[in-house]
Amino acid sequence: MHTTTRLGGLALIAILAAACTSAGATASPSAPSEPPASDAPSAPASEAPATPEACARESLPLVTPDTLTIGTDNPAFPPYFEFSDSPTPPWELGDPTSGGGFEGAFAYALAEELGFSPEEVAWTVVPFNNAFAPGPKEFDIDINQVSYTPERAENVDMSEGYYFVNQSVVAAADSPVASATSIADLKEYRFGAQVGTTSYDTIQNVIAPTTETSVYDTNDDAIEALKVGQIDAIVVDLPTAFFITAVQFEEGTIVGQFESPEGADAEHFSVVLAKDSPLTPCVDAAITAMASDGRLEAITQEWLSDRADAPVFQP
Amino acid sequence: MGLSGGSRDAGALGPVEPREPLVVRRRGPREELARSITIAIVSSVVVFGGLGWIVVNSPGWSAVQDGFLDGPLFARTLPDVVGAFRVNVQLFLIAEVLILAFGLVLAMLRSLPGPALFPFRFMATIYVDVFRAIPGLVIIFALGFGAPGLGIPGLPIDRFFWAIVTLTLVYSAYVSEVFRAGIESIHPSQEAAARSLGLSRFQALRYVIVPQATRRVIPPLLNDFIGLQKDTVLVSFIGVVEIFRTAQIRQAATFNYTPYVAVALVFLVLTLPLSRFTDWLVARERDRRYAGAVRAGPRGRFGLGSR
Amino acid sequence: MTDSVVRIEGLHKSFGRNDVLVGIDLAVERHEVVCLIGASGSGKSTLLRCINLLEPIDAGRIFIEAEEITAQGVDVDRIRRRIGIVFQAFNLFPHMSVLDNVTLAPRKVLKRSRADADRAATELLERFGLADKRLDYPDRLSGGQQQRVAIVRALAMEPDLLLLDEVTSALDPELVAEVLNVVRELAAGGMTMIIATHEMGFARDIAHRVCFLDGGRIIEEGRPAEIFRAPREPRTRQFLQRIIDAGRL
Repeated sequence: MHTTTRLGGLALIAILAAACTSAGATASPSAPSEPPASDAPSAPASEAPATPEACARESLPLVTPDTLTIGTDNPAFPPYFEFSDSPTPPWELGDPTSGGGFEGAFAYALAEELGFSPEEVAWTVVPFNNAFAPGPKEFDIDINQVSYTPERAENVDMSEGYYFVNQSVVAAADSPVASATSIADLKEYRFGAQVGTTSYDTIQNVIAPTTETSVYDTNDDAIEALKVGQIDAIVVDLPTAFFITAVQFEEGTIVGQFESPEGADAEHFSVVLAKDSPLTPCVDAAITAMASDGRLEAITQEWLSDRADAPVFQP
Repeated sequence: MGLSGGSRDAGALGPVEPREPLVVRRRGPREELARSITIAIVSSVVVFGGLGWIVVNSPGWSAVQDGFLDGPLFARTLPDVVGAFRVNVQLFLIAEVLILAFGLVLAMLRSLPGPALFPFRFMATIYVDVFRAIPGLVIIFALGFGAPGLGIPGLPIDRFFWAIVTLTLVYSAYVSEVFRAGIESIHPSQEAAARSLGLSRFQALRYVIVPQATRRVIPPLLNDFIGLQKDTVLVSFIGVVEIFRTAQIRQAATFNYTPYVAVALVFLVLTLPLSRFTDWLVARERDRRYAGAVRAGPRGRFGLGSR
Repeated sequence: MTDSVVRIEGLHKSFGRNDVLVGIDLAVERHEVVCLIGASGSGKSTLLRCINLLEPIDAGRIFIEAEEITAQGVDVDRIRRRIGIVFQAFNLFPHMSVLDNVTLAPRKVLKRSRADADRAATELLERFGLADKRLDYPDRLSGGQQQRVAIVRALAMEPDLLLLDEVTSALDPELVAEVLNVVRELAAGGMTMIIATHEMGFARDIAHRVCFLDGGRIIEEGRPAEIFRAPREPRTRQFLQRIIDAGRL
């Protein structure tokens, strides 16, 4: 090779290497590599007390004045949002603005607790992974089945849990995997899940199959693959599994759910807010209030009453 | 060598004194090359150094550095990324063979005249129009999920298979146009000579025109091949975990984009030698075709070397 | 005219509005060498290209060995096997060796085996002093050598008729002679040829008949002695005078 090419190439590599190694040497720590199963406590990072003055509506910094902007992904999946034949555009499948569905009802109850009437609530589409990515937010709060993980909590504020989640397995009712009763039974099958979800982590860390895992941009794609038999089973949270087997894949069945550890380590959904948002303590206080006076349980019972009806996998 | 100042005519300007012999100092080719290289090095240091300085001293550099150039994360991610690349490599190696074959068939179909072949020319033209228009993403979903969904017995449901089919269908359309341009560029006298010997149009294409045309279009064919290597990402949309999806999974887990830098590096390592190899092929072809021809401008690599 | 290899009747050919050939009648006998002379644009090349059907004709008929090749439904490839043509620009196939250039058509069209074709080709090449070049590629040969290879390539198909279209016009002067010697040899061997040429001395030496073309018509034809020494038509005289003035005759 010509000398000049070599020199030019070396120069480029030297600059790139310098840039990379200086990154390793400077202050800010890099994010951890794999998410651990769940080891960190779930307490949110903010420390400001939830005083009535700080949480008064007038003093809350909002994306749009006098409006609580709530983010969620599209399509709005039942049973978290109410199924609709003609949802308000741009929403598909479910309609957040109807105030129905578990998260729909929860959202409006939370808004009321914070001092916003239903007319003062606005919804905006936020793709799932964008909600908890680093950077400024276009929403005040995001309610989208986002499970708490320590890694996500480094980039955004995550509230007290409002629902404790179990992951579950969905497969075709007439397939061999449908008769699995233990995690050991599951290992030989081909699994699929949406990218960047705790469902995917469940496959890799809990099931640890001997096959390659398939990863999709959306749950819909995973369901398509399941239907044509390219994968044997998918992992989604239990309420979603009920919707899928009732509406999207009627030939499907819920094979079982995974036991969740007790206490603060249990997988739970959190409301997502921008990092160090002044709203966070207010939201936490609101959730705590709703949990203690039974409103949260009532909403859960109304929209997610069948959560206990799937068998639990043995190890 | 030199010009000897001999005696001159004593013209209107009066007698001219004989002068010292005029010695013209010429730089030999080696000196010329050394000089070129020195200038190139200095220029490179100034340009690259200047650019680097601007980037590293910009206000947001620290955050960008953390988000894109995390050394330890890079080292941890690279093995997974390289391992996943195996899928992409298999895809583009197999697809490229099929694409070259099918693209050539399409180009030749469109080059064969005669009323009997009209339906084939027509179909080939429509095919090229349609598959250059429809985005690959649409096709991968239609074939990756749709075709298996038909439930036709014997039709494969394997995703790798349908990814190959998608890539072949889409890229053959582009590659056939490259071949067609190459075929058109061969001087008609070549075909005249071949036909005069009694070769049929198809034989003339096959033995005389296409071999020459193919040599000519190696650079654009390689261009398309390099594009194909990236378009293997299409298979990730139907669930197969390859290099891009692997980077995305790591990015989603760490909220850091360094895994994508690892992907970029893998493609650089793959593509740079291919590009240089193409340059070498083209130079060899050009030298062979135009040996001894008068040329303007400098020769040699990167425009360095003797003028 | 029963022994005519070629018979042309009333040939007309136009390119757009440009009438290049306006009523050509010509018959060439077996073993006859006919030279076409005339200024550039007089239609010599076009006439040759019409004979082997490289150009479609607008009117008239052409017969090869009493078969009308301008009739409907004629297999053009079959006709072209029997007519060899050599072009001014040689048109060798640059991606093949000399040997492959010569053997391509015999192998693919006449279905000869590679061994047979190679042997026959090597004999021909030896005969014309090119055997040591047979594995070289055309770009390594001089113009004269390339043109001789082109002639050999045409001969390898054993044609009944050989058409030569200004085959020395693109050559350096010192290379012209070697090509003309090849043609001389072919003529001596009895090859039926129609030769378009500017080389008047050569035409005078080897032609049995010379045709002078002007404005798409054969103005005058006859034996070389007649044409060159005592042309009847004024235009022929004018043309020849210009050649003589230029020192080419």
